[in-house]
Amino acid sequence: MLSRTANNLYWMARYVERAENTARMLDVTYRMSLVPKEPRLADQEWFAPLNITGTLYPFGGRYSQVNAAGVLRYMVLDPDNSSSIYSCAREARENARAVRGSLTSEMWEVINGTWLEMQRVAEERVTSDRIHEFFEWVKERSHLFRGVTVGTMLQDEAFQFNRLGTFLERADNTARILDVKYHVLLPRVEDVGGAVDYYQWAAVLRSVSAFESYRKVYRDVITPLRVAELLILREDMPRSLHACMNESYDILRKLVGEDPDEALRLAGEMHAALHYGRMDAIFGAGLHEYLTDFLRRTGQLGAEINRAFFSERAGPVSA
Amino acid sequence: MPNPPQTRLMPYSKHYDSMHLPDGQVRPHYGSLARWIESTPPERITRMREAANMLFHRVGITFAVYGEEAGAERLIPFDMLPHIIPGEEWKMLERGLRQRVQALNAFLHDVYHGRDILRAGRIPEERVLKNKLYRPEMVDVDVPNNTYAHIAGIDLVRAGAGEYYVLEDNLRTPSGVSYMLENRKMMMRLMPELFAQQSVAPVEHYPDLLLDTLRSVAPAHVESPSVVLLTPGQFNSAYFEHAFLAQQMGIELVEGADLFVEDDIVYKRTTRGPRRVDVIYRRIDDDFLDPKAFRPDSVLGVPGLVNAYRRGRVALCNAVGTGIADDKSIYPFVPEMIRFYLSEEPILNNVPTYQLRQREDLDYTLAHLAELVVKEVHGSGGYGMLIGPTSTEREREAYRLRILDNPESFIAQPTLSLSTCPIFVDQGIAPRHIDLRPFVLSGKEIVMCPGGLTRVALREGSLVVNSSQGGGTKDTWVLE
Repeated sequence: MLSRTANNLYWMARYVERAENTARMLDVTYRMSLVPKEPRLADQEWFAPLNITGTLYPFGGRYSQVNAAGVLRYMVLDPDNSSSIYSCAREARENARAVRGSLTSEMWEVINGTWLEMQRVAEERVTSDRIHEFFEWVKERSHLFRGVTVGTMLQDEAFQFNRLGTFLERADNTARILDVKYHVLLPRVEDVGGAVDYYQWAAVLRSVSAFESYRKVYRDVITPLRVAELLILREDMPRSLHACMNESYDILRKLVGEDPDEALRLAGEMHAALHYGRMDAIFGAGLHEYLTDFLRRTGQLGAEINRAFFSERAGPVSA
Repeated sequence: MPNPPQTRLMPYSKHYDSMHLPDGQVRPHYGSLARWIESTPPERITRMREAANMLFHRVGITFAVYGEEAGAERLIPFDMLPHIIPGEEWKMLERGLRQRVQALNAFLHDVYHGRDILRAGRIPEERVLKNKLYRPEMVDVDVPNNTYAHIAGIDLVRAGAGEYYVLEDNLRTPSGVSYMLENRKMMMRLMPELFAQQSVAPVEHYPDLLLDTLRSVAPAHVESPSVVLLTPGQFNSAYFEHAFLAQQMGIELVEGADLFVEDDIVYKRTTRGPRRVDVIYRRIDDDFLDPKAFRPDSVLGVPGLVNAYRRGRVALCNAVGTGIADDKSIYPFVPEMIRFYLSEEPILNNVPTYQLRQREDLDYTLAHLAELVVKEVHGSGGYGMLIGPTSTEREREAYRLRILDNPESFIAQPTLSLSTCPIFVDQGIAPRHIDLRPFVLSGKEIVMCPGGLTRVALREGSLVVNSSQGGGTKDTWVLE
């Protein structure tokens, strides 16, 4: 397929996934902020979404204070913030529009319909008690998009690039969510069993729809080690790093074919480390260090994919 | 059989009307529809109109408007009341269209080869050879089947007592066929009972016919030709149609940057390296096709494409240089082409045309500006026209100066008493002017879908049906 088309499909899927994860993260943060706490810590949670998306600095340039109203406005509807949910919906739609012919009409209608609706979302829906409903809507649209993709799209290369975008973005987002909360997850004897920590862990789990899975898998109290294990190493947990790399590696194997390829090698290496990794080793080396390294590799993998499929290889025959 | 009913709130049309006789009686072929309107509560019709609007928005059937904010998209208004053509009438139209397109293709081949028609003095030589739409690059280049205009959109109007005229031929990159297809889909959803009651000729197979046509012109040695649709990109006004047709035909939608030429072979850049391209359905004008051959500043085109084409390594649809046959200064000669190449009398008439390059036509036109329609010779899309009867004194004065500045760039035609067809309005139905663009495909043979795209001027009294100027569309039914 055309390199440009592949590129658009990949980014379309990434933006849909990013919108969903941003909604998840903000939803959990909002709920966390309702937990009673000391007044001086009141707005603490709202640093997390900015840290996760790496937008604390640009945020500071436009808003005077980190608080619920400001962060929600910035992360949800701000058209000038390229990682706002609004911008993700716009970018997903722009990418989809450029490759309409490669989408099924149902897929296009979901993406186009989401964008049309997003433009009608008023400010008051974002700051009032209706915000949860809005986040649910974003998640539903993303679920619908994935369902329609899997349910209607021919499983050709276009499908694979679309899925690749989904899983790479998800791996990146799960790692970021974990990284920002890593200090909560680090076992510290004096904190174990604290009510606030319980909420924090539960929140992390909820933000990736893993709360119920946790209960099912461990049938026990929530401990930091297990939360990290569930989201990093469990391959049956659909948003874990392991699950995402399983999918990404499989897809790349299908896309690459016979020739040796750096993107495939890198994905294989990341996949193997997750497949054979142990939690005590990860905690021993430092969770933050581990996640930072994972995010660096994810970025590198993205660059290799770009090189392999979207740019150079697609040049003139003699090149 | 009972008399066909009168429809409510129908102001009599002063013009020939597709649905009604001058006394308000419904024409027989509109009988089912009239009964449907009578028996359907107005609230339901209103609801259906709203539903149609919403559906078109959701599936994103929009067009970009030039001169507005980049990327602005609008919906082309859709009117639910179909334009119905009796089968016999269509047969006559189809014969006329075949004849005309055949003659136009013969003319194109001739002017780039032997120039018989010029040597026979049937068309003034300089009118063709000095025309900026004549492409010397195409002289003596052989194209498959000697066919140049593979896709032609011929605009028809009715006037006076209902006689048909060809208003213009569109032989470069005619658009609108996606609306023909989407309108039909919408109508079958909205009024299934009417399709059950009578036999409406289908149009849904157009993408198959088009793909067949495109494949049939592939370079001779190619067994399974790779066909692509070349679009200027998503800010082009017809981008929706490009994406739609590519999808319907299952071919790749490419932009200039997705293609490159090496050793006169055209390749597309793919995720698995370069892949050869055999046929390009291009929706880019000649000027932008290849910066090496035409406009050097074009970023939309593919450097080297025209050379590859001239050497027969790739087919372009439509061919380069078709503009010479649909130029408005050549239009008056189409009946002559039919007589010259086919030895037949034209079945479809031209609108009488004054050529302002000729002294007497110029004088007449300037003296009768308020009665005539004046058009730019190379213009299209309804831009830059003067419609005499609805113009102001001031507009006419400004236009007069433009004409005097360069009379050769203009033609004039009498303001035809254009026919009407009813549309739904808030108060019921009301007549509006329409035209009809059938799409004629020429590959190994000439094929077309019955009907075409009916465009309608939604404003009362307006004669301009172009979508860029407030026109809408309707479904067109040819009854079998």
